[in-house]
Amino acid sequence: MRTTHTLSVLVENRPGVLARVSGLFSRRGFNIESLAVGPTEQADVSRMTIVVAVDDLPLEQVTKQLNKLVNVLKIVEMDTSVSVQRELLLVKVRADLAVRSQVLETVALFRAKVVDVAQDAVTIEATGTRDKLDALIRMLEPFGIRELVQSGMVALGRGSRSITDRSLRAVERSA
Amino acid sequence: MTREITGAQSLVHSLEAVGAEVVFGIPGGAILPAYDPLFDSTRVRHILVRHEQGAGHAAEGYAQATGRVGVCMATSGPGATNLVTPIADAYMDSVPMVAITGQVASAAIGTDAFQEADICGITLPITKHNFLVQSADDIPRTIAEAFHLAGTGRPGPVLVDLPKDILQSVTRVLPHEVWPPVLNLPGYRPVTRPHAKQVREAAKLISASRRPVLYVGGGVLKARAAAQLRTLAEMTGIPVVTTLMARGAFPDSHPQHLGMPGMHGSVAAVTALQKADLLITLGARFDDRVTGRLASFAPKAAIIHADIDPAEIGKNRTADVPIVGDCREVINELISALVAEPRPDIEAWWRALDGWRRRYPPGYDTPADGSLAPQHVIERLGQICGPETIFAAGVGQHQMWAAQFISYENPYTWLNSGGAGTMGYAVPAAMGAKVGRPDATVWAIDGDGCFQMTNQELATCALEGIPIKVAIINNGSLGMVRQWQTLFYDQRYSNTELGTHPASPRTGVKRVPDFVRLAEALGGVGLRCESAAEVDETIEKAMAIDDAPVVVDFVVHPDAMVWPMVAAGASNDDIRVARDLAPDFDYSGDAEVNL
Repeated sequence: MRTTHTLSVLVENRPGVLARVSGLFSRRGFNIESLAVGPTEQADVSRMTIVVAVDDLPLEQVTKQLNKLVNVLKIVEMDTSVSVQRELLLVKVRADLAVRSQVLETVALFRAKVVDVAQDAVTIEATGTRDKLDALIRMLEPFGIRELVQSGMVALGRGSRSITDRSLRAVERSA
Repeated sequence: MTREITGAQSLVHSLEAVGAEVVFGIPGGAILPAYDPLFDSTRVRHILVRHEQGAGHAAEGYAQATGRVGVCMATSGPGATNLVTPIADAYMDSVPMVAITGQVASAAIGTDAFQEADICGITLPITKHNFLVQSADDIPRTIAEAFHLAGTGRPGPVLVDLPKDILQSVTRVLPHEVWPPVLNLPGYRPVTRPHAKQVREAAKLISASRRPVLYVGGGVLKARAAAQLRTLAEMTGIPVVTTLMARGAFPDSHPQHLGMPGMHGSVAAVTALQKADLLITLGARFDDRVTGRLASFAPKAAIIHADIDPAEIGKNRTADVPIVGDCREVINELISALVAEPRPDIEAWWRALDGWRRRYPPGYDTPADGSLAPQHVIERLGQICGPETIFAAGVGQHQMWAAQFISYENPYTWLNSGGAGTMGYAVPAAMGAKVGRPDATVWAIDGDGCFQMTNQELATCALEGIPIKVAIINNGSLGMVRQWQTLFYDQRYSNTELGTHPASPRTGVKRVPDFVRLAEALGGVGLRCESAAEVDETIEKAMAIDDAPVVVDFVVHPDAMVWPMVAAGASNDDIRVARDLAPDFDYSGDAEVNL
């Protein structure tokens, strides 16, 4: 059965690391659904959040092969039930005076916000889970979506612990 | 006042400090600064090869024969890309190697400058790791890290790319003052010590098994664990199979050795795996050439899988007892744990194994027309040259015959390109092995196709005083491809005829090239042997020459085939001992072990 998994990957903040990770995925035939990378609380460490769609067995291969990359420090799988997972959406919707109030109503309903207004369009910013953003897009489609951009997913475990804590079990270490 | 040195000097001093005694390479524009201080080094010998691919395979041969990290060097662009094949080869066969390449100046990177190639990008998927050095200050640490990565954990190739301006710039970081540098590899922590609970679990399974097999791969050689393996095998009495990468890890003459498993393995070895109830897998990776169709491989066997690379465990076959660790430590721990366990009851198993072994020994037909059997040549080479001789093979039929018909008694006497299957490996690898083990006799067993890919390194051998010997098993064609055309393509011999035989049916021209004259042109001695009667005498003549490379053109029968064979993608149960001839397992001896 194909399922999606969210992996938080701590890597050394060095040139070329993203290429190593993405190259590994394509070479081994693993499918990346989304990938987000950025700095962390430690200057020399970057964090990648990778959403992969795989069978259970290949997921083990994904993490084991990732662990073999010398620049990869730690991999933790983010279970949806114990982590907060968010994506960012920016969408430009056709909204002249006739429908603008309806568009704004939808925006309010999803607790999104308008970040730019023109004569005949508004740009909306929304964050949330995949499901919520999909629902918002569905509601906005009838008005006419002119342009749409989304970030990769980012995820953080719930509770007070950090994945840099030793106590948090990393997916199996390797050579 | 602090002394200043150039990046190039730092590189050479670092190579000296890390203990590199030989570098195989070719200079060129971007790497040129490094060659100036290299000229003065008394501790690092540079061997000027004729093609960078030769440098890479020589570094591999050196590493595989000695266990030390092999080093090759090339300039930017085409020099570096010529290393790609041996780097990929070293990656597939886990050979410890450091490749040092020149790169265009930092400011020119990304501009499509003359002889620029993104060699770090190109080698990302075929190196264990690679480095683009950004400052001359970093050179000692980077070289130390490269050698550490290449030689520890699961060994493999590491590439260090050095822009020309970095080599020319000055640094106050002096290798001899900082050595050994502090390594900055926080993400690299290979596990070598096996988990005690897993080892106990494995020992219990071994003790309770009735049809166990020790499935031994190249990892046992990498871990230098041949002696430990022998102790383990003898204390348990369990039969051993050694894969293509592990030939020599267990003496072929040992009564518990069943031979090589896989596509061209012995009937006894292949069948033992198929009928086993337990595989004790040590440093092997369930490669498709061993398992045949994976779904029907060793269907009744529980799997103990020990490997230093956790990603190999469960990759192709699920392991019942996974053990991550260095094979030597794993075997030592297994030996300790087995002392407390009863020896497995495998007498009936041995009766079945001995039956298969007796009924299907390795063998070959002597051609009726009196021409030379390639297997006979290779068998005699092994017998005359003896178990201390190192053999390096190319890829194809001659490689398989060399794996089947030479008795390997010692580790590190069999070098070949197993995973990548790189034609052209033999001559430069033999050269590298001879440099690393100058007192050993080193034979390259090569095909007439393979030999034409890298034979220019004989010039290197002649000039540098590296007297290797080359046996060309000349069947006039790309023999293994031709064998598949015979078996699977209605004998339509599309583009496999090479014209190297005395009378080429396609061209009518004789012997292009003439290997005897080619050997002489390259500064070696050329000999030819065309009949069984001359084989011993010719080998002895070659053995008597120790001051020049020797090439023997063994002109063999063109139609000889490698048997046994499991067709690609077929089940190991469908092994053929000869064309259309399946072994008959249906006899009384098998019944008592409930196969």
